[in-house]
Amino acid sequence: MADLLAVLYAGILRVDAANPMWEERDRFILSKGHACAGLYAVLSKRGFFPETWLESFYKDGGKLFGHATHTGVPGIEVSTGSLGHGLSIACGMALAARIDGRKHRVYCMLSDGECDEGSTWEAALFAGHHGLDNLVVIVDYNRIQSLGHTKDVLDLDPLAQKWRSFRWAAREVDGHDVRLIDETLQEVPFEVGRPSCVIAHTVKGKGVSFMEDKLLWHYRNPSIEEYAAAVAELERKS
Amino acid sequence: MRTAFINALEELAAEDPRITLLTGDLGFSVFEPFIARFPRQFLNCGVAEQNMTGVAAGMALSGKVVFTYSIGNFSTLRCLEQIRNDACYHGANVKVVSVGAGLAYGPLGSSHHALEDLAILRALPEMTVVAPGDPIEAAAATRALVSHDGPCYLRLGKSGEPRVHAEVPDFALGRAIRVSDGNDLTLIATGTTLKACCDAAAKLSAEGTSVRLLSMHTIKPLDVEAVRRAAKETSAIVTVEEHSVTGGLGGAVAEVLAQSDGRRVPFLIMGVRSGFCRVVGSQEYLKAQCGLTVDDIVVNANRLIRRL
Repeated sequence: MADLLAVLYAGILRVDAANPMWEERDRFILSKGHACAGLYAVLSKRGFFPETWLESFYKDGGKLFGHATHTGVPGIEVSTGSLGHGLSIACGMALAARIDGRKHRVYCMLSDGECDEGSTWEAALFAGHHGLDNLVVIVDYNRIQSLGHTKDVLDLDPLAQKWRSFRWAAREVDGHDVRLIDETLQEVPFEVGRPSCVIAHTVKGKGVSFMEDKLLWHYRNPSIEEYAAAVAELERKS
Repeated sequence: MRTAFINALEELAAEDPRITLLTGDLGFSVFEPFIARFPRQFLNCGVAEQNMTGVAAGMALSGKVVFTYSIGNFSTLRCLEQIRNDACYHGANVKVVSVGAGLAYGPLGSSHHALEDLAILRALPEMTVVAPGDPIEAAAATRALVSHDGPCYLRLGKSGEPRVHAEVPDFALGRAIRVSDGNDLTLIATGTTLKACCDAAAKLSAEGTSVRLLSMHTIKPLDVEAVRRAAKETSAIVTVEEHSVTGGLGGAVAEVLAQSDGRRVPFLIMGVRSGFCRVVGSQEYLKAQCGLTVDDIVVNANRLIRRL
């Protein structure tokens, strides 16, 4: 997911760190609020708040909760954490923008696990019916959810077909190919009159050999040694 | 009451293009004039209340004032977490409306009986909870909700509720309306029990009991001062609600009384004690089963006063 966020905040989203509530900004909703560490890191890099704030993540008295939280954190559009909420809010924002003749887009990042939620599909049906082509969904399809692989828990495949059958224009990409992600997102809406869905095929813990595709790392904090090893491996590859 | 609501909303929508009405596929024979007049300010979201509420939050965060509408539990309990996280946590201008308060949809069964909504919605941070007592209050409440910045819950009866207020009362959120004054007993009504309480007060007065009748149209924030004054200035308090006796009007008043200094006042919560209704019946039939008729109020009031 870090690659997806990096592309979004490097050049896709029209946002202004100096004016986070700029009315014409693109809206980004991290519906998979548990992945907020990545979002906080990107926002601080883009200057929405000082990087020193990152030290307070999860800490007593800190500003940065363990799920995306808007209160007092510039750049966080809405608070999330309970799965299956973000896409409906995104639909409301996209609809309001269309009614008011505004040109900004609304982007919403979903986890694969939250595609289990009925409310996600209520929203998908709504966006397709209303042809919200100012709305873009990115599904971080790493195929692991809280207690196992999606294919064993509640299989989502064929996922792109599901979105298409809900009247979305869906494309599948390698979620770690930053050039391809960028090219793909530059082309939204994929079809006029339809919301766009990017199914990003990803590997959880990508780039760190001992973390890749491991359920354990959905939960675990690395020790100091593991952290150093992970950073060293990522730096070797970059 | 729903007609009073939609007529008031129509007037408001004409002046305020931010106002948007979303429905969960309900409102047949009620919304047609609104839809015809304000097609851009209305949307049927289909039978998908969770999405409707999230959409409402997203629109509200984009500057709209959004009403969501459905029957009883569908606009409230079905999408409770969307109300809590998406509307309340963001302080969004979402106005949740339910029609058919309490037992109004009597014969349709327990799925359609709204008997826990006040307790549950009242527990949510930032939420304002309003249950108007007659069509006049319903119209006034609708106007007040638009003026109030933040999430609100409006609990409406259905149709045909009698007008109680002869004149348009001074209506403010969080301030009870004193319908009549007295010192032997305070009757506190909310929503659809106002008429029965009014009739009970008349009977009690005829028997020589002096009754203060309060219309507690706002359950949250509660008019704490009105409750404290009732405890101080009258000899007993009875609350009456078409709702469970757990956590609604009676619960809110009890929280005030139990934490007040000074004299303890005899107090009774009238409401639905039986949980789910086990027999089929109209609203009036079920209210009688639950002990919520005018005579029940009179009998309970007299029993409480006699204990003094």
